[in-house]
Amino acid sequence: MSLLQVNKMTHYFGGLRAVYNYNLSINPGEIHGLIGPNGAGKTTIFNLITGIYTPSEGDILLDGQSIKGMRPHRIAAAGLARTFQNLRLWRHMTVLEHVKLARYSKLDYGLVGAFFNTPKRTRQEAQTTAIAMELLDLVGISHLADTVVTNLPYGAQRRVEMARALAIEPKVLFLDEPTAGMNPEEMLQMIEIVRHVHRQLNLAIFLIEHRMRLVMDLSQHIQTLVFGEVVAEGLPEEVQNNPLVIDAYLGKEVET
Amino acid sequence: MEVTTGHSSPTPRKGFSRIWNSISQFFAQTPLLGWILGILIASTLELLIGFPLARAIGLNKAPVLFGVDIALKTPLLLPATLLYDLVIYIIPIVLVVRFLNPLTNRLAAWLLRFPMWVSALVHMGLLYLALDLWTSVSDYRVLVAKLMMIAIMITLSLNVVNGFMGEFSCSHPGFMALGAYSASLVTVFLFIGSNFGPAILPESLGPFIFPIALILGGLVASLGALLVAFPSFRTRGDYLAIISLAFMFIVKSLFENLEFLGGARGFGNQPNWASLPVVFIWTMLCIWIINNFVQSTMGKALNAVRDNELAADAMTVDTRKTKMITFLFAAFWAGVAGGLFAHVLRYVNPGTFGLQKLAEVLAMLYFGGLNSVTGSIVGAIGYNLLSEMLRPLELFKWIIIPLLLILVMLYRPTGLIAFKEFDLQKILQPKTPQTKVEVKNVTPAS
Repeated sequence: MSLLQVNKMTHYFGGLRAVYNYNLSINPGEIHGLIGPNGAGKTTIFNLITGIYTPSEGDILLDGQSIKGMRPHRIAAAGLARTFQNLRLWRHMTVLEHVKLARYSKLDYGLVGAFFNTPKRTRQEAQTTAIAMELLDLVGISHLADTVVTNLPYGAQRRVEMARALAIEPKVLFLDEPTAGMNPEEMLQMIEIVRHVHRQLNLAIFLIEHRMRLVMDLSQHIQTLVFGEVVAEGLPEEVQNNPLVIDAYLGKEVET
Repeated sequence: MEVTTGHSSPTPRKGFSRIWNSISQFFAQTPLLGWILGILIASTLELLIGFPLARAIGLNKAPVLFGVDIALKTPLLLPATLLYDLVIYIIPIVLVVRFLNPLTNRLAAWLLRFPMWVSALVHMGLLYLALDLWTSVSDYRVLVAKLMMIAIMITLSLNVVNGFMGEFSCSHPGFMALGAYSASLVTVFLFIGSNFGPAILPESLGPFIFPIALILGGLVASLGALLVAFPSFRTRGDYLAIISLAFMFIVKSLFENLEFLGGARGFGNQPNWASLPVVFIWTMLCIWIINNFVQSTMGKALNAVRDNELAADAMTVDTRKTKMITFLFAAFWAGVAGGLFAHVLRYVNPGTFGLQKLAEVLAMLYFGGLNSVTGSIVGAIGYNLLSEMLRPLELFKWIIIPLLLILVMLYRPTGLIAFKEFDLQKILQPKTPQTKVEVKNVTPAS
């Protein structure tokens, strides 16, 4: 039984078929890549699994439990954390507050604690701060803990998203183009962080990426999505040389 | 308290800001304790020599609000009122600040060796003492102070929704009305008696029941909030503004048509239980609880919902619950404030809780600053003082205040003190300077 399993997921936006008959199975500790040209439906698949949309057909199982139709925060608390392709940070909050807030579901001091500053709350907040600082250390930005995120450089903002996602203590981490818009140096650092996190926490990672090199480097298993359908699947080398994939990325040669 | 009004209008001119800078430099090392002590001494001084002094310099009564009202009515008396302010307020406070800084700083440091709440309680006690002394001169001041504190509660509770959570709710006057009428209903029917029958309980029990009546008022307001929240919180943005505005009008016309509550004539005869200490305690409680809430990680969820709801959801925050609880919470405090309001004026009238009230609350909120507890306090105090002081201008008051508001919006679009944490530790701690700064500061002054 795999950790995360998607069976025959199909989704329509009105009359548009965005995803068709999508299957996925991720085992613990595995890095799974999803590639495909722009508009193929990669992010839609993320949004479907993490509960932003409910799939029209099919089922999603996490640890054998169906999470289809659950609200996004419940799915996240169940162990699916994600980062966003276009950063979605809270622009008035500090780095530390970002990471702490991702522990929201783990805090149980309740409204009494929130209103009256009970000892239980003080204790839990202190614990949460400690955990958050550890995670910031892991991604290498603990020195920026009290900075408001909008004042950070782009690369650091990506790391905040990463630390925030890790704070959920996910079973599977969804990375939506973690190196989008990065320069080569920042990209290499990001790869290092992903590797490090993967090794450290033995996380299963589900990765959307445009840069072939990065996906080929990191993933153990790759799917190629074209117009909402998987056209090729397998080990990186297999997928890389698949003519369908080359077609999708480079276009067909026009025969004259 | 008059100190805070100095912030009211940020002037862009260079020379002014230089003066402002040197003033704030001069006061930079004064801890809160120093300010409270200064106000305490000034108030005592006014109590002792205020009236004779006013007589001696040609005012026929001691100025109630720093003489602005007198000067506006008869501009010839301006020098006299200035002299009065100088002797009673400015000189004593400056002297306290100038000479007692080392003492107050040491005292503040000593207080912080105990748990924080000890220091906070001492500060609050002294603050109350100062307020009590200052208001003991005239009943008008008592009324202004009470209404000011109620305004703080309302502004703060609206800030939770409009500032911290970033929704735009217009129903606060409605919640106030619900709280005001519910609390009045309990106190009047139980203790005063009405056309339905005589009082049921002896009035001596009143002060113990009064908090319960207020809380009940708050809960009724929360219930009203539930009615607004259900249809409007599934979507974001303008819908809440429209629905909450409608709600405000519905509540108003409801009370206009409830004959057993006096209808449009209003509902009076509330017992006189909202004394200065009672209002003070409720205000402090409100500030404390709201501040606790917005500083907790649960409260930070409000900011996350405002800044990016999708991300909040993806990070395990139950956004729907958060929005609902926050809205009910804010309505609760508006209801409590409404209950106090009814018992301060000892009369309520549906007309009070209309568009003008809404405009006032919104003005205080945006004047003071979004997402900031300090901002709401400053906004409520500043607006109320200004509004009372400019009263002699009558109609022109409503030209000057909006103009000021526009100025604030131009130079500080989010308000005077927006997006700032109300950090108790920082507020109470001594402002002990590094020695270098101290030397630099002392030389020009002496």
